[in-house]
Amino acid sequence: MAQPALKGFLRVLSTLCCVIAAGLISACEMQQWNNPYLSAESDENILYSSFAARPKHLDPAQSYSSNEVQFTAQIYEPPLQYHYLKRPYQLEPLAAESVPVAVYYDADGNVLDDNADAGLVAKSVYEIKIKPGIQYQPHPAFSRTNPDSNDDTFSYHALSQDQLDEIDVLGDFAQTDSRELIAADYVYQIKRLAHPKIHSPIFGLMIEYIDGLLDYSKVLGKQLESDEKAWIDLREHALSGVEVVDRYTYRITLKTKYPQFKYWLAMPFFAPIPWEVDRFYAQPGLTKKNITLDWYPVGTGPYMLTVNNPNRQMILERNPSFRGEAYPNEGEPGDEAAGLLVDAGKTMPFIDKVVFSLEKEQIPYWNKFLQGYYDSSGVGSDSFDQAVNISGGGDATLTAEMTDRGISLLTTVATSTYYGGFNMLDPVIGGYGERAELLRRAIAIALDYEEFISIFNNGRGIPGQGPIPPGIFGYEEGINPYVYDMVDGRPQRKSIAEARALLVKAGYADGIDQSTGEPLLLYYDTAAVGPAAKATLDWWRKQFKKINIQLVIRSTDYNRFQQKMRDGKAQIFSWGWNADYPDPENFLFLLYGPNKKAQLNGENAANYVNKEFDHLYESMKNLPNGPERASVIKKMIDIARKDGPWLWGFHPKVFSLQHEWLKNTKPADVANNTLKYKRVDQVARDARRAEWNQPVLWPLYLIIVALVALITPAFIAYKQRQRASAISNSTIGKPA
Amino acid sequence: MNAFGYQFAPLWTDWLVYFLVFSGIGFFLYARRHEHLARPWRQVVRRPLAMSAALVLLVYIAIGLADSIHLQKQRVIANSDAVIFSSEKISLLDIVLTTLRVQEEKTYSAPFAIQSYAKETIELPDGGIVREFPRLVYGGIHLDQASDKTADIVAKTIRAIAESVAIFVLLIVILNFFLARYYQNSFGRQLNLLKLGDADLPWRSLLLMGFVLTLVGLVLIRLAPYYHVLGTDKVGKDVLYLSLKSIRTGLVIGSLTTLFVLPFALSLGIMAGYFRGRVDDVIQYLYTTLSSIPGVLLIAASVLMIDVYIQNNAEQFATIADRADARLLFLCLILGITGWVGLCRLLRGEALKLREIDYIQASQAFGVSHTRILSRHILPNVMHIILITLVLDFSGLVLAEAVLSYIGVGVDPSMISWGNMINGARLEMAREPVVWWSLVAAFIFMFLLVLCANLFADSVRDAFDPRAY
Amino acid sequence: MLAYIIRRLLYAIPILIGVNLITFALFFVVNTPDDVARVHLGDKYLNEEAVANWKAARGYDKPLIYNPGASGFDKFQQTIFFEKSAKLFVFDFGAADDGRDIGYDIRQRMWPSLAIAIPSLIIGLLINVTVAMMLAFFRASYIDIVGVIAGVTLMSISSMFYIIGGQYLISKSLHLVPISGYDEGLSAIKFLVLPIIVGLIGGIGSGTRWYRTIFLEEINRDYVRTARAKGLFESIVLFKHVLKNAMIPILTGVVVILPILFMGSLVTESFFGIPGLGSYVIDAIQAQDFAIVRAMVFLGSVLYIVGLILTDISYTLVDPRVRLS
Repeated sequence: MAQPALKGFLRVLSTLCCVIAAGLISACEMQQWNNPYLSAESDENILYSSFAARPKHLDPAQSYSSNEVQFTAQIYEPPLQYHYLKRPYQLEPLAAESVPVAVYYDADGNVLDDNADAGLVAKSVYEIKIKPGIQYQPHPAFSRTNPDSNDDTFSYHALSQDQLDEIDVLGDFAQTDSRELIAADYVYQIKRLAHPKIHSPIFGLMIEYIDGLLDYSKVLGKQLESDEKAWIDLREHALSGVEVVDRYTYRITLKTKYPQFKYWLAMPFFAPIPWEVDRFYAQPGLTKKNITLDWYPVGTGPYMLTVNNPNRQMILERNPSFRGEAYPNEGEPGDEAAGLLVDAGKTMPFIDKVVFSLEKEQIPYWNKFLQGYYDSSGVGSDSFDQAVNISGGGDATLTAEMTDRGISLLTTVATSTYYGGFNMLDPVIGGYGERAELLRRAIAIALDYEEFISIFNNGRGIPGQGPIPPGIFGYEEGINPYVYDMVDGRPQRKSIAEARALLVKAGYADGIDQSTGEPLLLYYDTAAVGPAAKATLDWWRKQFKKINIQLVIRSTDYNRFQQKMRDGKAQIFSWGWNADYPDPENFLFLLYGPNKKAQLNGENAANYVNKEFDHLYESMKNLPNGPERASVIKKMIDIARKDGPWLWGFHPKVFSLQHEWLKNTKPADVANNTLKYKRVDQVARDARRAEWNQPVLWPLYLIIVALVALITPAFIAYKQRQRASAISNSTIGKPA
Repeated sequence: MNAFGYQFAPLWTDWLVYFLVFSGIGFFLYARRHEHLARPWRQVVRRPLAMSAALVLLVYIAIGLADSIHLQKQRVIANSDAVIFSSEKISLLDIVLTTLRVQEEKTYSAPFAIQSYAKETIELPDGGIVREFPRLVYGGIHLDQASDKTADIVAKTIRAIAESVAIFVLLIVILNFFLARYYQNSFGRQLNLLKLGDADLPWRSLLLMGFVLTLVGLVLIRLAPYYHVLGTDKVGKDVLYLSLKSIRTGLVIGSLTTLFVLPFALSLGIMAGYFRGRVDDVIQYLYTTLSSIPGVLLIAASVLMIDVYIQNNAEQFATIADRADARLLFLCLILGITGWVGLCRLLRGEALKLREIDYIQASQAFGVSHTRILSRHILPNVMHIILITLVLDFSGLVLAEAVLSYIGVGVDPSMISWGNMINGARLEMAREPVVWWSLVAAFIFMFLLVLCANLFADSVRDAFDPRAY
Repeated sequence: MLAYIIRRLLYAIPILIGVNLITFALFFVVNTPDDVARVHLGDKYLNEEAVANWKAARGYDKPLIYNPGASGFDKFQQTIFFEKSAKLFVFDFGAADDGRDIGYDIRQRMWPSLAIAIPSLIIGLLINVTVAMMLAFFRASYIDIVGVIAGVTLMSISSMFYIIGGQYLISKSLHLVPISGYDEGLSAIKFLVLPIIVGLIGGIGSGTRWYRTIFLEEINRDYVRTARAKGLFESIVLFKHVLKNAMIPILTGVVVILPILFMGSLVTESFFGIPGLGSYVIDAIQAQDFAIVRAMVFLGSVLYIVGLILTDISYTLVDPRVRLS
């Protein structure tokens, strides 16, 4: 009875093997086995990209980090944008008719000229005129029960439970509609920045500038107190600093002169939000289904988010109501030769659909890029040598392996700075006395950032001589004379001997505090954990050891670290800053005293305060780019170099790789709405993918053979044993 | 204590390791005098596989112990009589492995490589820049030409083989001499018996395993000072050194955890089974609650909490070693707290059975105190369960460390451990050409330990709990 | 039987309360709501007001356990404990710290986890039991010894090596399956093959060993000897008697790991980019989103208890002699 059972099992097993084998053979004729996408997609005009962490907010009032902006920038259209090809970065109108020019008024309401002293300016006014005829993407929030009438009979603004039961994702709404973009939508969004429940990250900054924004927030707060859950129609509350002029024009009034404000107008914070959309998403039943503005943005841009499953995949698709924008006709010299003007004047966007897949791990990401399943990729430190050679002239070129695959390389210096900071409030390392200054200087010499760049960034970066990275006004090709010497026209880090001499001068000869006789212990505070961090931390320790100082790593979780920074209790730390906009003000304010982190919770993480520096900063801030501004900046940097609150760190270079089928790519660090410019040659892609991903089958066959080879003797032994046990079954069963 | 310019400066886990060693010795002496414990042990000792595994484990333990004696080096300061000790704590193992420890390259290099693994930008004297593989700072520095490498390695290996064969022969002679005297056999006859493996103890297997270990050890001793036998990692540390340092971490996690498991499991388990009623209810409630929380999450939450403690009491942890050590200790504690449930359940069941046995019932009737019954009658009779569970859990804990490090709640990132090595190696596997040696080194060292622990544990279980066979 | 189940369910309540108290204590000692707020608001241009607002919006501005400001029952209801922990009892998981509804995400993410778990469980059980039976059949022969040593060897390898090695070999070198990712419906299969195989190989060592011990224990019982004495074939003895009687320990093992399977394998899922509950937990730990971790701990405990009850019930099904009382 049991024997047939076993035989039956074996039969099932063998059938299964046959089925699998047959499946394998038939599959060979199909597409590549390792294609992570549907094979039917291969001839569609799709760009494949990835995201590393699920974006937290796609609400333009909240989204800030780069992984969020890569979506919002394609969907929302703020009034301005950066020119795709021209460098240095240049603002150009997007939804606006033209780049607005600020008009300055003094306290009595008289118009001042552009160069007016900031102290005189009582308000500055920006009047922004938008292009008529721009349409929103189709969305259920706009859908009316009676499409012809203009009254507020919206289909989905008061959803019943029955209606809700049928909704799971936004696409489940049967009707959608569009509407024209009007100036009031921009005003509505600026009001949202002040909404207490939205927590816009720039609210704290904007109340300093936009007239009446703080009061507006208080008014809304009061309204919320009476009914916490109710939707507030922001149209009913006026905001003094922002008003609608006519259907296509609105006006923003700032309390001071703030020439950098125009850069903010190129960010999604100042994109339009129609009140209908706000009303629609305010329904509690939708929030329960994760249908909120944070997950389903509504914009006028070239793309709209159609699939949002942040656990797996996000898909942008061409917005059918997009007005169409022309590819730029001119660029930098060299762009033409680089093939960046082939599509000049053609209507964008070129790509129908962009698929972003969740890719948390570096390994799969890189391998999929090499297999052709991602169209472009960054270059991780671990894959650098596979991809890039640094040639004789110091230029980066691709390895033969990459060029054989038709991959090309784009490089640019990021508008960022990664620096080491000293907490100037610290009793040992901080302060403005000579002793601490010498100690900081000795450390600055010992900490070999050239080596850091070479180990951890594969040489992708330039050591910082000051806070301002190349490409930003005020950057100069000089050296920091406290850390470097000019040797043969090239900067050379001062020797360790010099650093030791500085230590002796500071009273820390050989790492021993001469006043107490105790060895000097310094602390490096970090939130970094994990294997990648370990190497960096080891490196930091090694640097301090060079001058006989023991560095203690105090690593902790991100929260504690932030808390420590806010309390001003850290000692030495690493910090980074990515520019919000391409202006030196956005870097120098990192050293501005009233902006310090401790107590004031600003961005001056080193808590550096120098009266003269602060004074110069205030004048620099309002100067137009020119020789005068340059000289002020130079003075400021000299002061900061002497005080040495920072180890000037480095400015990273960004390398990115792309396959030959991806066209019109130019690195643009501050511009984010770049998808519309790109084009994909999917025929070339398909051919390459097929060529690179032939499955290797022989090991499979080998395994099958091995299994058979293993099972057969076992089966024979089974037969023998069966016979044996039938003959003398009583002798075997005894315990061993 | 201050000798040879060093000061004895043990870490917290060191003290516990010493405690564990002494308890182990104490248990050994105790077991020798108690037949019901000594008999199964004699059975274990007779198994060739178990004894070979035990020999390997002994080597691991010796390395781990050498790494558990921490010292501070005296610093000589010019024109000062003050005795100042470096705040850096190094272990006896570090001192033995000084060559490996200090010979740090700049970045990756392959096993036995004499050139760096990655190309580097090198400035030529004339100002030009080339990108090439630079020679290593230490690896193979004694060679004039790269082509001498193979010959050099072969020569050194042959020498090591010759030496280990010599030691092996010497060992056989000495052992045989004593065995012959013990069994009152002639030397030749005893040698024959040894060859046949006919003895109370598996001398033949032990000798062979000993030979293999000596051989590996000597090859390493001959080669490691000249080459990075297992390559170097991202910041140029010798991978062999890292692998050896990881041994202590693995052993500490595997053994100290049991130290924390014991008090909970033993007291609560026996009490629940013996007293029953309310006590049993409370204890059962406690362990059902604890065991129903997914273990990883409980560990993650607790480790995060410990970070907070370490953070708030930073002044107690002067050096990195202290901090990492505290975290290791806490990790063991947490693993202990989450891990006592299984053993507790077993002990409760056993105690339930035992309390119904005649002589314990009789003791109760005679009014012998509970403490006395528990310590004299119940405890000795559950010893074998404790022992089996502890040896079986050991390997699981060593393996768990790797997974916890991946999730980010393992040992301190600055601590050298197999988990951290594997975790780092994940990134290296994406490199091309692939950096495989960290992963392989961690794999070999970890696999050997766990395999031997498993084999040994199997034998212990078979001996103490023969039901399964 | 029904009374028994009800009693067991009632007994589960104090346990869940205990679980809740432990997690509550752990998570609110670790991170004050202030810290969580700061993480979620990011570090650019952050001020205290934004933190306060954020807390208010998520209900973290209330006292922890007791609210002296409120009146009546609200003293307990208007607290973080009631809002965030007690509500779990009605499976109201609330919103994650990033604003998403947790219940919705769990419902979405359980499918990928199950898609790995169920095949792994069934195939794994089949393979492990078959191999174990084979070893038991050939007990004390060379096949058995080789099998046991192979088993010990397999289980001495960290699961991390299986995952890293499998991905490197099968996906990267041989191009047989996609390296990572997931898709819905049938196209999920190509993504699931490798994680399942890796899981099977990783589990085969300890699994076979465990079942082999169970079988050997049964084989040495008297009834088996009797059966053999009757002259039955060894295979019939094994299949008819031993397997049937070994069902209870097998079931115990299976049911107890059900919650683990449901929760997904943390490491496997995050390695292969499968959007299941395991990677949900890892993401939450890394993002310090404790609302999610709390919910998952609670869910895990509930499943564990349900698993225990199911085990008891299944005993009566395979062995009528067992009575639940």
